[in-house]
Amino acid sequence: MSDLTLAQLSMLSLYSAMGVFTLAMIGYAVYLSGLMPARTEARSEAQPERVLVSVGGPGAGASAAERGAANDGASAPAGPSRGRVSDDGVPMRARKAAGMAWTLTILGTVLLTASVVLRGLEVHRAPLGNMFEFALTGSMFLMLAYVGWSFRRDLRWLGLFLVTPVLLTLGLAITIWYAEATELMPSLKSYWLVIHVTVATLSIAIFAIGAMLGALYLWQSRLEAEGATSFMNRLPSARQLEKLTHGLHVIGFPLWTFTLIAGAIWARQAWGAYWNWDPKEVWTFVIWVVYAAYLHARVTSGWKPQSATWIALAGFGCIILNYAVVNVYFVGQHSYSGL
Amino acid sequence: MTGEEAAGHGGQGGQGGQGGDSSNPLTTQPTAPVIQPKLGLVGWLRWMWRQLTSMRTALLLLLLLAIAALPGSTFPQRSIDATRTAQWIQTHPTVGPVLDRLGFFEVYASPWFAAIYLLLLISLIGCVIPRSRIHLRAVRAQPPRAPRYPERLSAGQSLTAEGTPEEVLAQWRRRLSAKRYRVSAHDDASLSAEKGYLRETGNLVFHLALIGIIVGVGIGHLWGWKGDLILPEGKTFANTLSRYDTFSPGPEVDPADLLPYTLHLTKLDAVFAEDPDGKAKLGAPRDFTAYVDFAKPAGATPEARTIKVNEPLETGGGSVFLLGNGYAPRITVRDAEGTILYSDATPFLAKDNNYTSVGAIKVPGASPQQLGFAGLFLPTAQMTEAGAISIFPQPLEPALALTAFEGDLFPGGTPQSVYALQTDGMTQLKAEGSGEQLRIWLTPGDTFELPGGRGSITFDGVERFAGLSIRSDPGKTLTLVSALLALAGLIAMLTIRRRRVFVRVSEAPEGPDGRRRTLVRVGGLAKDDDEGMSEELSELSGLGELAGTPTAADEPQTRTKADDE
Repeated sequence: MSDLTLAQLSMLSLYSAMGVFTLAMIGYAVYLSGLMPARTEARSEAQPERVLVSVGGPGAGASAAERGAANDGASAPAGPSRGRVSDDGVPMRARKAAGMAWTLTILGTVLLTASVVLRGLEVHRAPLGNMFEFALTGSMFLMLAYVGWSFRRDLRWLGLFLVTPVLLTLGLAITIWYAEATELMPSLKSYWLVIHVTVATLSIAIFAIGAMLGALYLWQSRLEAEGATSFMNRLPSARQLEKLTHGLHVIGFPLWTFTLIAGAIWARQAWGAYWNWDPKEVWTFVIWVVYAAYLHARVTSGWKPQSATWIALAGFGCIILNYAVVNVYFVGQHSYSGL
Repeated sequence: MTGEEAAGHGGQGGQGGQGGDSSNPLTTQPTAPVIQPKLGLVGWLRWMWRQLTSMRTALLLLLLLAIAALPGSTFPQRSIDATRTAQWIQTHPTVGPVLDRLGFFEVYASPWFAAIYLLLLISLIGCVIPRSRIHLRAVRAQPPRAPRYPERLSAGQSLTAEGTPEEVLAQWRRRLSAKRYRVSAHDDASLSAEKGYLRETGNLVFHLALIGIIVGVGIGHLWGWKGDLILPEGKTFANTLSRYDTFSPGPEVDPADLLPYTLHLTKLDAVFAEDPDGKAKLGAPRDFTAYVDFAKPAGATPEARTIKVNEPLETGGGSVFLLGNGYAPRITVRDAEGTILYSDATPFLAKDNNYTSVGAIKVPGASPQQLGFAGLFLPTAQMTEAGAISIFPQPLEPALALTAFEGDLFPGGTPQSVYALQTDGMTQLKAEGSGEQLRIWLTPGDTFELPGGRGSITFDGVERFAGLSIRSDPGKTLTLVSALLALAGLIAMLTIRRRRVFVRVSEAPEGPDGRRRTLVRVGGLAKDDDEGMSEELSELSGLGELAGTPTAADEPQTRTKADDE
């Protein structure tokens, strides 16, 4: 297949993924809004685990949505007196929306992955050469992590909060970060590109989920303190959200440490010294220090988990700055943004 | 430090915080004078040490370090780009000098940055050493005695198993050992088991390795050196101080100890994108390869080696990196009689992606006055309205565009750049007749006769040069090993769980079939967030050939205070 066809297919796949994610986003929003009338219900003690395990795998298509809905229907009481509300208080409409959103999420993730792979085939290298490709690959990792994790526990409540930023990122990628497929400059031609940048992108995806959970935790803990009712009552408790936040950072932090070390090894190969105080290096280090501070703050007596979580969010803020600002505006050896 | 350190580290902080006024009497009588105990010098030192090594201070220092590192990325740094730094200060005459005095252009060498990381280092050492001692003791010690009611721990169950208490205890001992618990018994009716010691080991390894990294960086700073040089094709570099264009040694480096070797650059290959419809931008760099003959020691039979952008040449006395390249036009200057005054491949430094290069030719031997030429080398020259520029990096239509000066080349004998003329003591040559400044345009093979019998300048041909950087960092291996150890320690401390399991057995009434039964009460204690403890207990109870059967009265309830909300 010619490169042009691959390029077209990659973009087509990307646009389709964005369309599908948009529908998934709507589905998740409908699901969360459907959780609203739950205010009279008692707080559910435990999250329903593994509700979705039986839903079809990638590529299952629309039939999976039906099966998903059927599964949900099966767990609802048959009696007409309860009407269209299942036994855990979730209206059928919301359950159906969530099932559809989940199927669409899988479909969108498959399309996004296909887009990244096609882009890689088109440029005959790992698609990690410029900001457009980072954005695509990072979004792919995030969605793959979400889908993979969803097979282990019910994460439908999280869907909206991940699909929305992914859509935003992809939107920015195709508008302002878009770069034609180009070959790499000599200093980037190294297998360390694949190692260093893949792990960096992966850990950013993990940190992104962690930051989103952290933000939800802060929100949830405020709601709990106020005793307010909202659809958030249906989400995991603040304590559980805090644990999930920490868990993701525990995965992300070693990955980020590895990014730092692999980058230093590569810098030594390419630039002669493993540490050059290049702006991007400085920021990578700063991000590492901030997340290290988060992990410390979490176990420091006298620090509330909320304050610690704010540090984690600051860390993600640094990641965003590092990507969107340092890449583009700061003069340094990492100026490969392709803009 | 993270993990269980909260106990040690935070505890120290807590003590430290109260150290100053712990005996403050809780009196409501306003008349009673408040008598503060005297701390004394030792007391104050101890208090300061506790403050410094407390977790809270460590956290503060970490955040400070992050903030302090930032200006280095926003302001140009002298050690990276001295020219840009000077420009920045010049264009900001008010804040520039102030920031300069505050060290904002040498952030990573500034006293305030050093203060933060040194305090952090001390805090780290002050924390790691006592904890290592504690951990060493814990590793050698046996798990503590089982509590009287282990089932009341955060994860606990009680169940009835078949067999005598001794049999059941032996069975539990096997199960726990199989799960790599360290098992000990303080009496005949109980077991204490613990595992996950590697968690704290990982934590300590991580923090000790951080110290290793800092030591490695320090060694590199003291004993490392770097030197840059420009080597035209056909020339040989001998590794001695005088042959470097710039050489920056660490404080402990003796330049006389440089390893004697020679590098002869036979050829420099530069590949640029040539297809205007290709994937890469026309003229974008594709690949650079320097072919060198490497002789160690100097005079030995040379070996053919290559140096590429991501593939340095390891010499054993520094690694040679190919960091730049450009053109060195061969230029010959003769006097009026035809005597050669100057003949050399003269490197011109590339200023843009198409290698529009600037350089200078200095002819001190010219008479009656010294001659100097300055101008551009253009690999693929094209005249535009703005002047001559290069439109492609390869030497397709090379040309030299020069102006000439005469006078004193080295006024005052101060050091100057080889790539630029210092024209303070010189006057520009004028073209004969017109009176305009003399413009010399040369293509390879051309000779230009200078006006007024000053001789001639010839452009013989073009060669490439390699910009080489030779660096030695004796600390890099320590740094790398420490970094990898830190990563391993980090993974261990974040993934391994420290768990204790206590078992107590007692006789239970015989079952309906007359077999002997034993009541087993188990409790699990996990440090940190460990959601798997109760699951682990259930697994332990359910494992083995003699599966424990729950008593009717006491369902195998698994209370997990840590879990539920």
